[in-house]
Amino acid sequence: MPTLTSNISPASDTFRANAERMRALVADIAEKAASVERGGSEEARERHVSRGKLLPRERLAQLLDTGSPFLEIGQFAAWSMYGEDISSAGIIAGIGRVEGTEVMVVVNDATVKGGTYYPMTVKKHLRAQEIALQNKLPCVYLVDSGGANLPNQDEVFPDRDHFGRIFYNQANMSAAGIPQIACVMGSCTAGGAYVPAMSDETIMVRNQATIFLGGPPLVKAATGEDVSAEDLGGADVHTRLSGVADHYALDDEHALAIARRIVKNLNRKKQIGLALRDPIPPFHAADELYGIVPTDLRQPYDVREVIARIVDGSEFDEFKQNYGTTLVTGFAHLNGMPVGIIANNGVLFSESALKGAHFIELCCQRGIPLVFLQNITGFMVGRKYEAGGIAKDGAKLVMAVATARVPKVTMIIGGSFGAGNYGMCGRAYSPRFLWMWPNARISVMGGEQAATVLAVVKREGIERKGGEWSAEEEAKFKKPILMKYEHEGHPLYSSARLWDDGIIDPAKTREVLALSLSAALNAEIEETRFGVFRM
Amino acid sequence: MFAKILIANRGEIACRVIRTARKLGVRTVAVYSDADARALHLEMADEAIHIGPSPVGESYLRGDKIIAAALATGAEGIHPGYGFLSENPDFVDQVTAAGLIFIGPSAASIRAMGLKDAAKRLMEKAGVPVVPGYHGEAQEIVLLASKAREIGYPVLIKARAGGGGKGMRRVEHPDDFSEALSGARREAKAAFGDDRVLVEKYIDKPRHIEVQVFGDSIGNVVHLYERDCSAQRRHQKVIEEAPAPGMTPALRKAMTEAAVKAAKAINYSGAGTIEFIVDASQGLKADRFWFMEMNTRLQVEHPVTEMVTGIDLVEWQLRVASGEKLPKTQGEIALSGHAFEARIYAEDAAKGFLPATGTLHHLKFPDSAPEGASMRVETGVRAGDAISPFYDPMIAKLVLHGKDRHAALEALGTALSQTEIAGSTVNTAFLAALAADADFSAGDVDTGLIGRHQQALIAVPPPSSEIVAAAALAASGAGARAPTDDPWSSLAGYAHFHSVARRIRLRYGEDDILALVSVRSDGRFQVALDAPYDSANLFDLRAAPRLARWLGHVTVFEGAVGYSFAVPDPLARADEIAAGSDSLRAPMPGLVKMVRAARGETVIKGQPLLIVEAMKMEHTISATHDGTIAEIATEGAQVTDGTVLVRFAEETHG
Repeated sequence: MPTLTSNISPASDTFRANAERMRALVADIAEKAASVERGGSEEARERHVSRGKLLPRERLAQLLDTGSPFLEIGQFAAWSMYGEDISSAGIIAGIGRVEGTEVMVVVNDATVKGGTYYPMTVKKHLRAQEIALQNKLPCVYLVDSGGANLPNQDEVFPDRDHFGRIFYNQANMSAAGIPQIACVMGSCTAGGAYVPAMSDETIMVRNQATIFLGGPPLVKAATGEDVSAEDLGGADVHTRLSGVADHYALDDEHALAIARRIVKNLNRKKQIGLALRDPIPPFHAADELYGIVPTDLRQPYDVREVIARIVDGSEFDEFKQNYGTTLVTGFAHLNGMPVGIIANNGVLFSESALKGAHFIELCCQRGIPLVFLQNITGFMVGRKYEAGGIAKDGAKLVMAVATARVPKVTMIIGGSFGAGNYGMCGRAYSPRFLWMWPNARISVMGGEQAATVLAVVKREGIERKGGEWSAEEEAKFKKPILMKYEHEGHPLYSSARLWDDGIIDPAKTREVLALSLSAALNAEIEETRFGVFRM
Repeated sequence: MFAKILIANRGEIACRVIRTARKLGVRTVAVYSDADARALHLEMADEAIHIGPSPVGESYLRGDKIIAAALATGAEGIHPGYGFLSENPDFVDQVTAAGLIFIGPSAASIRAMGLKDAAKRLMEKAGVPVVPGYHGEAQEIVLLASKAREIGYPVLIKARAGGGGKGMRRVEHPDDFSEALSGARREAKAAFGDDRVLVEKYIDKPRHIEVQVFGDSIGNVVHLYERDCSAQRRHQKVIEEAPAPGMTPALRKAMTEAAVKAAKAINYSGAGTIEFIVDASQGLKADRFWFMEMNTRLQVEHPVTEMVTGIDLVEWQLRVASGEKLPKTQGEIALSGHAFEARIYAEDAAKGFLPATGTLHHLKFPDSAPEGASMRVETGVRAGDAISPFYDPMIAKLVLHGKDRHAALEALGTALSQTEIAGSTVNTAFLAALAADADFSAGDVDTGLIGRHQQALIAVPPPSSEIVAAAALAASGAGARAPTDDPWSSLAGYAHFHSVARRIRLRYGEDDILALVSVRSDGRFQVALDAPYDSANLFDLRAAPRLARWLGHVTVFEGAVGYSFAVPDPLARADEIAAGSDSLRAPMPGLVKMVRAARGETVIKGQPLLIVEAMKMEHTISATHDGTIAEIATEGAQVTDGTVLVRFAEETHG
């Protein structure tokens, strides 16, 4: 394989300026990550610990193998959405290894509003389940939640992708042979009671865990019966009398050890149907990625510089190198796994779209996972291109992306605008994972374009009525639009709403892609059947 | 030469004899008891015969079964090893009567040396110096006490039939004589079935120096120089060496001549050892040594002699027993270099050298001899074998030879520090401490050395923070799974931004330790510990210390010390679950047939409390934990399943 040569100079001023800016962005995100990782308030955490409970992240660490990677998803979910700190939407989710098996772990954080389900909590729980389903990952739920967040019930309870979907997913995953394991370590009331009840195997911690459809106050109100939470739905009742739970645990550590034992006995073995090679690190250093990406998204750079810092040995076998050059396609290995890489290198033309569609066909034919490096302002516009059929060529790419059944992982490394987002496997195209760099921006179009389009429309309206619109007025009109786009296009805005699975450190791109792809390989690679390509 | 011999022993000595037999083309038959059904010596032998249950009295001491095994397998000779039947003249007679050859001295020689006082009289007659003492038949306490006074305190009371320190008492003062005497008699009776004793002068700075002799059936006797076995604790040899440190030509000449004289006096044939006590209070002097006893067998410590003479004593035993004459004359036997033997035992030095048992889950000896030295590891066990309570708890003998005493001792220290044993408490740290002891290193030894330095020799420093951290890391399972190229294996500790520590619990002795194991961004593990340990240590798995994981434990080796940590298994808490419930319930509908405890009564775990008759079966309900009974069902009550039969008082759990 040819090794990519790098044309950047780490000593240059541009490189240094770029690196400085990117490091600042990463530091900012890392700091925010640290704040959400703490969970609820100091007070709430102290109260939690004083009950002999481990904090949610401690529970997570205790469940996972020592040294297991944790591919967290939705870390910034609900970030600044509810006017109060609902860290990570009050639920921690991600993939980790338990007894050598990759599992999806979903951990309620009772220190955040009692672990109640906000709309984003539900969305995140469902996203975790979606990942588990797509990648056939056993699910372990560490339950400690007060159930639906009552003030938000309209956005939590009734719709298809609301609370009830959690149990629907559990049932259907179990039916698909994907183990569902619940470890109840706190309250688990009303609808929440179905998490353990719908699980294949369930653990309860004595004096901490309770499962009931109606808690003591409700029972008192309904029947006048006085009963303690423990006697109503404690571990003893459910493991000895009701059979709602299977394992009685003395404390958190005991419960998590039982959960590990359950996973150990699942009898699962990862079957990788790819021709693997010995992994070798990229020839070019990963942290140089900081300096490669220009501070201004509009400034072009050669995406091969990024590829050279991600793939094994910086080796890249390019496909159709001289055709449709604004899309770079080619084969490489990522931590030993063969991958097809599709990366933007400028605006998409018909040729680029055709090339991309062709390359996806190749990868699907050969069962090679796809990695999308997304940095796209959109498809080329203009009379010539419309007449040339760019819409149907773009449609071919979208058709190929939408129907490709090989694992797809998308990394937004720059802009993600308009139909470019579709052609490059945006969220709507169900990549197995979608990650964002902290410098990325996502919106229907760039803020500048949007403001200009809106300004043009407005000017036409004013001028049609014979009015006049000064340049100052136009600038004043555009400013809030620009600001809105900047705010809503920010990765934190995106991550908060789970438009992506998380913001990552660009220097860790290779690791994140490798873990994502390897996790995806827990599911067999399916045959692809494309739809009708408009010719 | 024999075509086939039977080895009437077990453990390292059986293996040792088999090795030489194989070298000489002699086929071997091993015998074994129940406990040894999978022992190493059977695996090494050509054939193996089961001779009975585990207790020695029903197996290795059953001469009849052993002789029958020899006859059944067509063995021509029986090698007794040491211990067991090796110095039993009646057994020798039986072997001979069965038409077999006893590979050792004649019954007459054994008898002559068997009773210590008789042996001493014999030696006195032969002109060999003996320790002043009373070896008479009369055993009245008054007579013995007056003899003791005559000899002069301090005196030593010894069992007449004994050996190995059993039935032996040192008496400092006449007032203590009677109590010491009864103790010695009790022990002698238990060990040898003979409570008769002798009284001897107690020597002030005694050294135990013994001379290896060898005789053949045509009257030749040679010596193979001396061994020093002064490093003893409670008369048990710990480290032996050859030659004796500080030995003078004059004393060596006098001792070896006396030894040969002694052997000749009883027409000795085969390997034997004349033990002398030497008064080293004024240096080694040719007139300050006395005969103590003769061991009419191969000694445990014979390898040190083999190392310094280059002679295979077992080979000589087989040659002499098969009628050959001694392979070498005295003039052809030369001394070369210095050798040590350290006896590795399953024992707890800190608890008064209490013998230990257990399975040797991890057993690793040095791969090769330290630079410039040669080494023999004499062992009869493999990793996974058990040290049972039935036999001597010796695990191995490390034998090191170097060009001089300093080199050999250094090699011994190195070899001990490379020895790893886990699963039972062992004395390697004690041996290494002794090897490093200043007096011992200087050759300033006497039989009281270990006793005087015991506190320092058995002191094991507490584990360092590094060791605790290494144990925690091992207990955490980090690196336990073979790493693979899968990123989920190779990208240890990956987190988008920050990873969280895993809690690992350890127990060292009585101390509970909580360690927090996490992975740093550079992939290295980090272990945080509570006081008194350092709060943060970094560990690189690639430079992992020597350690063994076994059955709920991690043992970290540092030098010759193995620090064993228990790793509590959170899953092994079934008892606590039982203890956590404050009541016992009826397992099925039935009748309370009998109540055996009362309200307010304090009961212990496992104590039967009542009997429920159901489905024509009697179910005993026992206490699941210690506690006080708050309520208990009444006799004759009909119960359904789940009915509370017993409720414990609140304070008993929680």
